[in-house]
Amino acid sequence: MAAGDMRPVAAVDGRGSLLAVVALCVRYLPVLIMLAVWELVGRSGLVSQQMLPGIGAIAAAFLDLLQSGELVVNAWRSLSRAATGLGLAVLVGMTVGLLMATRPLVRTLINPLVRILYPMPKSALIPLVMIWFGLGDVSKIFLIFLGCLLPVIVSAYNGARGVNPFIVWSATSLGASKEQVLREIILPAALPDILAGCRTALAFSFILMVSSEFVIAKDGLGFLIGSLGDGGNYPAMFAVILTVAGTGFVADRLFGSFVSHRLRWKEQA
Amino acid sequence: MSPLSLIRHRDRLLQALVLVGLVSVWELSSRAGWVHPFLLPPPSDVLARLFADMQSGVVFVDLGLTLYRAVTGFVIAAVLAVPLGIMMARRRGVQWFFDPLISIGFPMPKIAFVPIFILWFDIYDTSKVIMITFSCFFPIVTATYSGTSHIDKWPLWSARSLGASESQLLREIILPLASPAILTGLQIALPVGMITTIVTEMLMGGSGVGGAMIAAGRFADSVGVFAGIIEIAILGMVVIRALDWLRARLLVWHPENRAH
Repeated sequence: MAAGDMRPVAAVDGRGSLLAVVALCVRYLPVLIMLAVWELVGRSGLVSQQMLPGIGAIAAAFLDLLQSGELVVNAWRSLSRAATGLGLAVLVGMTVGLLMATRPLVRTLINPLVRILYPMPKSALIPLVMIWFGLGDVSKIFLIFLGCLLPVIVSAYNGARGVNPFIVWSATSLGASKEQVLREIILPAALPDILAGCRTALAFSFILMVSSEFVIAKDGLGFLIGSLGDGGNYPAMFAVILTVAGTGFVADRLFGSFVSHRLRWKEQA
Repeated sequence: MSPLSLIRHRDRLLQALVLVGLVSVWELSSRAGWVHPFLLPPPSDVLARLFADMQSGVVFVDLGLTLYRAVTGFVIAAVLAVPLGIMMARRRGVQWFFDPLISIGFPMPKIAFVPIFILWFDIYDTSKVIMITFSCFFPIVTATYSGTSHIDKWPLWSARSLGASESQLLREIILPLASPAILTGLQIALPVGMITTIVTEMLMGGSGVGGAMIAAGRFADSVGVFAGIIEIAILGMVVIRALDWLRARLLVWHPENRAH
């Protein structure tokens, strides 16, 4: 094929990606507008720089925190707690939810507990984990674990209960063992619900991570925010808050694309 | 009694027995000293504390304050978010401006912004309520927007071709058809609001169940902490049940409430 044939394609491609960039800019223009308003309000002196530090000051404080290593160390402490609690909750929650859906005895034993614990705001347990486990890592991991556990249990239970019984009967009549039915039929069929529950749990893990570190902590992002605020270093406080918010946003987006990749077999609604 | 309801009754009874069993084991283990009563105070002590606080009225003050903050923040969020969500689904300009802001704001852990609200509005009820509104706002607006933009086109077109005005369209077609999604958004936002209420009370003080609990925790008063957990569990269940009831009442006509 001659090189000349390629050129129009490349040109179209170039224009296509240019269009995509323009579309992206138009889509996120409101965000830029809000940032500009933020900066202008600060500059105009309507609100004092203490109350609303400029974007430049926040960025400079962010870089300082990054260089001093304070941000990285505390982020690592926080995120490792959240990940441990969330990971344990997903493992235990999936197991319990699937068992509840398949074994009536387990359902009878666990259901009353789930019904009492589910509507309870989990942040109420912060003083309890403080009494039980002190101010260290275990108290926060346990709190995150408990908070994330219930959405996973409930979604796994509902997902597994919603499995079409005909498919289970066919598999059983074809000689599938109980374990095979669970692994080959119930788990994949319940997966969309389970993953939706995990996404809720992911959001809860961030909420509980930050709030427990606000209330009881010696380190972590929540503690860093609190101590910077107490010290009156507001640009740095804003920088860490925005870092936490951004991390939560990125984690949710990553999980979302993992879900749509995992469920690509599913028909789009 | 039909066999099915017999089974259901047996299930209920078993579940109640499980709870009674657990509470008895709890009582026994802390009375017998298997677990240190500081870590797990006997339920009878916790109930006695609750009863004493009820007689002095402290419980009702705390519960009332917490409920007032949570409901105020939640209602303000609903009043702002539902119209905005509908406008986003109906007007391109509104959608263009708010969609990116809300899709960025929705997955963020809003609780991290508490120190900013303390800085701006101090530590009293104003900043608590604003924080609760802020965290309830995003789930409601997201659910309303998605519910309103996914409603069936045919009833809309039919009503319009029969000469319905825009406000009639809104009242007679859009709101009823989007209401299940809107209510789902409210049902997601309510527990978020309760969590936020408790955390703001723990951080800013000013009574309320959260403030009372963190004070009890700081004074190593584990009976007080457990009493607070029970109060909050009951309050959480009551508000969530109330919203479920409201949904059933508002959506009597909807297929989801048929044949139960």
